[in-house]
Amino acid sequence: MSVTLPAREPALRSIGRRLATPQLGPLLVLIGFLLVFSLTTATFWRAGNLSLIAQQSVILGTLAIGQTLVILTAGIDLANGGIAVLGTIVAGRLADDGANAWLALALAIVLCTLVGLVAGGFVAKLRLPPFIVTLGLLGIVTAATRLYSMGGAFPVTDPLLGWTGNGFNLGGATITYGVVFMFGLYAIVWYMLTQTAWGRHVYAIGNNVEAARLVGVRVPATLLSVYTFAAFLYGLAAWLALGRIPNADPNALQTANLESITAVVIGGTSLFGGRGSLLGTLVGTLIIAVLRNGLTLEGIDPLWQDLITGVLVISAVALDQISRGKSR
Amino acid sequence: MHLRVGALPAAGQRLRRRAIRLGLLAGCALALGLGGMPGARAAQGGKIIVGLVTKTEVNPYFVKLRQAAAAEAKKRGVTLIARAGKFDGDNEGQVAAVEDLISAGVKGILITPNNSTGMLGVIKKARDKGILVIALDTATEPPDAVDATLATNNFEAGVLQGEYAKHAMGSKTPHLAMLDGTPGGSVDNQRHDGYLKGFGIKEGDPAIVGRVDTHGALDQGQTGMENLLSAHPDINVVYTINEPAAEGAYAAIRSAGKTKSILLTSIDGGCLGVKYVKAHEIAATVMQFPKIMATRGVDDVVEYAKTGKKPSGFIDTGAMLITDHPFPGLPSKNSSWGLKNCWG
Repeated sequence: MSVTLPAREPALRSIGRRLATPQLGPLLVLIGFLLVFSLTTATFWRAGNLSLIAQQSVILGTLAIGQTLVILTAGIDLANGGIAVLGTIVAGRLADDGANAWLALALAIVLCTLVGLVAGGFVAKLRLPPFIVTLGLLGIVTAATRLYSMGGAFPVTDPLLGWTGNGFNLGGATITYGVVFMFGLYAIVWYMLTQTAWGRHVYAIGNNVEAARLVGVRVPATLLSVYTFAAFLYGLAAWLALGRIPNADPNALQTANLESITAVVIGGTSLFGGRGSLLGTLVGTLIIAVLRNGLTLEGIDPLWQDLITGVLVISAVALDQISRGKSR
Repeated sequence: MHLRVGALPAAGQRLRRRAIRLGLLAGCALALGLGGMPGARAAQGGKIIVGLVTKTEVNPYFVKLRQAAAAEAKKRGVTLIARAGKFDGDNEGQVAAVEDLISAGVKGILITPNNSTGMLGVIKKARDKGILVIALDTATEPPDAVDATLATNNFEAGVLQGEYAKHAMGSKTPHLAMLDGTPGGSVDNQRHDGYLKGFGIKEGDPAIVGRVDTHGALDQGQTGMENLLSAHPDINVVYTINEPAAEGAYAAIRSAGKTKSILLTSIDGGCLGVKYVKAHEIAATVMQFPKIMATRGVDDVVEYAKTGKKPSGFIDTGAMLITDHPFPGLPSKNSSWGLKNCWG
């Protein structure tokens, strides 16, 4: 008796430890929803529908990568949707005016990246609060976009700008290049975060900025790189957005900032910085898209989606707080 | 030392495990709850399914439209799945909604597009699958991207508002303030242009002393009107994109003590708007009929599912001038009739 019990204990403990990795809880929630929707609707688990969910995730998923980086440094980015819209309008307008499409796209992405450089500059060098800096930039970028587009939305017909919406057939489902592109970005940024010194510095700053400074992390330079790189990703999100809907609209993506924060938080990344994972964010993004799609197939009022998402956000933050309480 | 290090994580793990168990429980409860929700599995029974995608869930106009569609669907024994954009202008959300509805196996989709060109790709996808697509309230660009459009002719509705204002102004020299909606919105432009035609002036006419974008919101109507009044105290006639904007404008006009000297008109026909007419805050409004759009749209889908017959072209669901100060030659109804027929 007294021999078997201690023998079982470590096994249980290791399961507990694995459960405690931040992305596993969200993953189980995602699997739960997948199961429920597959069992209760005839159409959910079809290749076509699943690929649809992936396509619906590309914009939010890409914005959420940048958001994850910023939040890992204990920051927040309210401007990401606005920056992406700036990208769509600039690329679309330039191409419309007859500019070379590659050039138009490159200029748009560079412009987005520059906005991130400005944000990073204020946060890193002047140590302004990221919330205020990105809130201000959101206003500036949105207004500039509307001024530049003269208020109106317009169709974007250039094949290169819409390229990410093309795709190939795989088992009866269309996989767009945009979906592949997004998963590629996740792989690359995951590698940067987990396998490079830069990634460890990002986590270190979010954990304890003073400690990071003391062990020799170049805090301002790293912060600057995070905001700039995040905005570069928002520029890529603009390209993905044009592929998904070939239409540049200054009124688009108004709630993308909060949705991307939601995806990051549901994915188990701590709003206090320093803890979390990019894969969790991917899971969080998918949870949002799966819920929206699944509830429609069920014929349930979409307001339930907002309600459930709200419950998940608070649960995720509560879990983070509880597990944080332990580490103190 | 060794003991403490070992003891702390153990306690932490227990806490953590408990927290995770709680989280899992909550997740399961949610998942189970889904099955019990009203409407669950409704999509399974081989019934005709009608999809509806409105602009937002917050605007009472679209809430009324959805309620009317739901009532008609119930009456006809079909299932309605309703979705909406998250905010005015949310094109991406509407595209995703249409995609999901296609997956859900709908027979027809009724849509009030947030953006007249943004939905073209996904609408084509739906029609290629044999789904009837009808635009409600707002036309697509080009209009034949959908099978049919059931809508108010917003230009003509604007004309009605403009004609009324012209009659009411009589021989006074107009100093017109225009409280527009959202820049670039197609309905917004049609109402604006219609008003100018009815009023008998052209864009750029010196009679137009100022304009602001209110996004159809009360607060922005108020601040916009306040600013216009301080810039142009001589304003004596005001165009508004809808009644919330008009009510905001009225608040500004009242604080400025100019309710007697400024003619305020609007468009939409919400019940609150008709009450403003009854209270003499707005001289006249133009009513549209979302209920007709919704019921007819549902009927058309049912008809299509049963007989394969599709409606086509632009189907005008009508507009009516509502005022308690009518002018001969301008057909109108009074506010009591308005209160009986208004939406929201």
